[in-house]
Amino acid sequence: MRPAIAYHKKCRETQFYDGNTAIMAKMHFNYFVFVVFTILALSYVSCQEADVWSRVNPSVLRVGNGAEPADLDPHLVSGVTEHVILSTLFEGLVNLNARTLQPMPGVAESWELSPDGREYTFHLRHSARWSNGDPVTAEDFAYAWRRILTPSLGSEYAHMLHCIQNARLYNEGKLEDFSQVGVRVLDPHTLRVVLEHPTPYFLSMQIHFTYFPVHRGTIERFGRMDERGTQWTRAGNFVGNGAFQLDRWEPDRILVVKRNPYYWNASMVSLNEIQFYPIDNLNTEELLFRVGRLDLTSTVPLNKVEPYQRNYPEKIHISPYLGTYFYRFNTKRRPFDDVRVRRAFSLAINRDDLVRNVVRAGRAPAFSLTPKGIENYIPPESAPFNPEEARRLLAQAGYPEGVGFPPVEILFNTSEDHRQVAEAIQAMWRENLGIRVGLRNQDWKVYLNSLSTLDYDIARSAWIGDVIDPVNFLECFTSGNGNNRTGFSSPIFDGLIEEARSASSVSERFERLREAEKLLLEEAPIAPLYFYTRVFLMAPNVQGVYPNLLGYIDFKNVFWNVN
Amino acid sequence: MAGFFVRRLMEFIPVVFLVITLTFFLVRLAPGGPFSGEKFVSEEALRQIEAQYNLDAPLFVQYWDYLTDVLRGDLGPSLKRPNRSVTEWIKLKFPVSLELGLYGLFVALFIGLPAGVLAARYQNTWIDRVTMSGATAGICIPNFVLGPLLVLVFAIWLGWLPVALWEKPVDKILPSLTLGVVYAAYIARLSRTAMIEVLSQDFIRTARAKGLSEFQVVFRHALPGALQPVVAFLGPAAAGLLTGSFVVENIFRVPGLGTEFIKAALNRDYTMIMGTVLVFAVLILFFNLLVDLIHAWIDPRLRHD
Repeated sequence: MRPAIAYHKKCRETQFYDGNTAIMAKMHFNYFVFVVFTILALSYVSCQEADVWSRVNPSVLRVGNGAEPADLDPHLVSGVTEHVILSTLFEGLVNLNARTLQPMPGVAESWELSPDGREYTFHLRHSARWSNGDPVTAEDFAYAWRRILTPSLGSEYAHMLHCIQNARLYNEGKLEDFSQVGVRVLDPHTLRVVLEHPTPYFLSMQIHFTYFPVHRGTIERFGRMDERGTQWTRAGNFVGNGAFQLDRWEPDRILVVKRNPYYWNASMVSLNEIQFYPIDNLNTEELLFRVGRLDLTSTVPLNKVEPYQRNYPEKIHISPYLGTYFYRFNTKRRPFDDVRVRRAFSLAINRDDLVRNVVRAGRAPAFSLTPKGIENYIPPESAPFNPEEARRLLAQAGYPEGVGFPPVEILFNTSEDHRQVAEAIQAMWRENLGIRVGLRNQDWKVYLNSLSTLDYDIARSAWIGDVIDPVNFLECFTSGNGNNRTGFSSPIFDGLIEEARSASSVSERFERLREAEKLLLEEAPIAPLYFYTRVFLMAPNVQGVYPNLLGYIDFKNVFWNVN
Repeated sequence: MAGFFVRRLMEFIPVVFLVITLTFFLVRLAPGGPFSGEKFVSEEALRQIEAQYNLDAPLFVQYWDYLTDVLRGDLGPSLKRPNRSVTEWIKLKFPVSLELGLYGLFVALFIGLPAGVLAARYQNTWIDRVTMSGATAGICIPNFVLGPLLVLVFAIWLGWLPVALWEKPVDKILPSLTLGVVYAAYIARLSRTAMIEVLSQDFIRTARAKGLSEFQVVFRHALPGALQPVVAFLGPAAAGLLTGSFVVENIFRVPGLGTEFIKAALNRDYTMIMGTVLVFAVLILFFNLLVDLIHAWIDPRLRHD
């Protein structure tokens, strides 16, 4: 080897192994290309089609259930994942038909409503049993409701019961005598409930975990009635009254429920066992479904929705969901203290474009806060996309073509989905209003803190309804409500919500709520963007899961179609 | 040696105390609390919950209570997952992280060391280039890419291994590989460099001259010398394997402590943050001590520093 070539070769080696200059740069580029290709390959649903469910055990259902449940105490939890599990372990007075969401007998086999709409009398079935064989009585419900309303328990969801007479006062510690709360045990199988106002959705609220009964003996065996985090919710200790009973709970691995032999309608339950897998990584959940280790998922990664729709339409299910994605404006801070500016910003959003190109997954553009599909309630709609009108309003407010507009930011909690929406809207405002807004993302808890202290200009938000009723959405924006978080306050709006609460008929009630919503949209402390959909994957032979606004699955009626 | 060990152990106390103190006050400085959520929690409910967990006491009182509780071995209840105490959560999760970390370490050593030795022995040949390119790739590809890639190939395309979960022994292969590969790559590069240096020394020439087999030259005479930088690397690597497994745990749904640590921080689960930080701090100290001991054992001068 000639010296010059040897020298050159040595240099190349040194460069290579010392990790600098041109060769290294080229290698980085190669790896970059490699990584990009990998990601592309991963985001593509592979085309193999094998019937991974052909040897499935038809008495077991394996369910992907998002996050790990925080607890199984119905008075201390607040999430959807807990709700799914608890609805198999407990049963309220009334069930809902998963297809129509109409009330059906649960622990109560019948009930009457007084003519003024404020008094329900429930007749409990004699055959209802706890999973240890004890009878389920009216006293169990009264005990459970007293427990969740007990101030010292600090239940985060106790407000769900505030429609019961004096429940709020008791919950806030302003009333010490529970006998003054509208819950009366007339005999072991008759329960009377007196409400503050007629509450048309009271029956449908009975599927919510806050209304479930709890077994007094079990709770008090492991601690005080108002003690948080005792061991009564562990497998082996747990006593429920649902169609299933807790069999095994290995945190972050699996939670297994088995058919409850004491359930009053046990013979109608098809599944022997449901396995809930807590999997918060959406891609992992989808992969487990693809290889047949899950039969039902909690959701679907956004980039997999279209491939499934195209290749396996029988496995993907998309249906409207009772939730709205919207932006809040801080009405206490310039420039959004001016209603014209808020309306201009809302008018300049092309929601059709947003759902078609950015959020997809069958979501519908939102022109109201209340989602569509609530029976007998047709929400009023805000004006559609109108950039000319938006510019006119902005000019009126003193910012013609966006000139002189102060710097503002969109706040969102750290998430790729929220960023994409924010970037799309940022572009729309730049194009339609000539205003450049900044983006600011914050970690979840910091973001929540910024919202509640009104430390933002525009903020991404969402509301998922707990009950199918517009008031659940609209009351958030009454003055001083903890969920308001916009600084918006209107005595007229508050008055309309109050009037709706005490309205004598459903039509009058909805009329007041419509007026309130119309006012809210005109005042525009929020800009609704889109309505959520529930998207999930399900093995083709699983039957009995129906699309409904609440995403409610009645596992008692779910079965495998083995033929 | 015993004196050295005791001295180093005594140093643990102020470090752990400092870690507890700093963490305690830093997490309280972060905006937002454990009980805030998308839906508003009433002031009254919040006050009651805080009272149940002694969070309404003045901060220094809470700090003092926490210190005394820790000394008694009580890490308190988890605020966000209340039906188990922090100690119970750690007992439940730590063995999983330890298991995953150990497998990762095995992967790192059993792939990394032979690759490094082989590359050094056959320096500048295609074997060297292939292994070192592999090592560079191992370092460059982050595990959130490597994990799904391995799943795609071995679980989806070939169908040999499970996609995720942590139940059967076969479930543990892909997570351990994903976790260990990057450390294997570092070890390969470290051992190669050290090996090349050792192989060029006089005593190796002597060994060869007296007619020893190549196997004996490399493994009996050269390898012990080449192991030194690898041993030095193992301390931080072991700590990294145990504490840095969050991504792997998330991809493969492994119920380990790494996920608990990150989630606790995001949820402001104060007691859980303190508990996990404490475990990880002690672990890192322990591994550093272990490495120092091994070094001191190899090099007696260090014992008297």
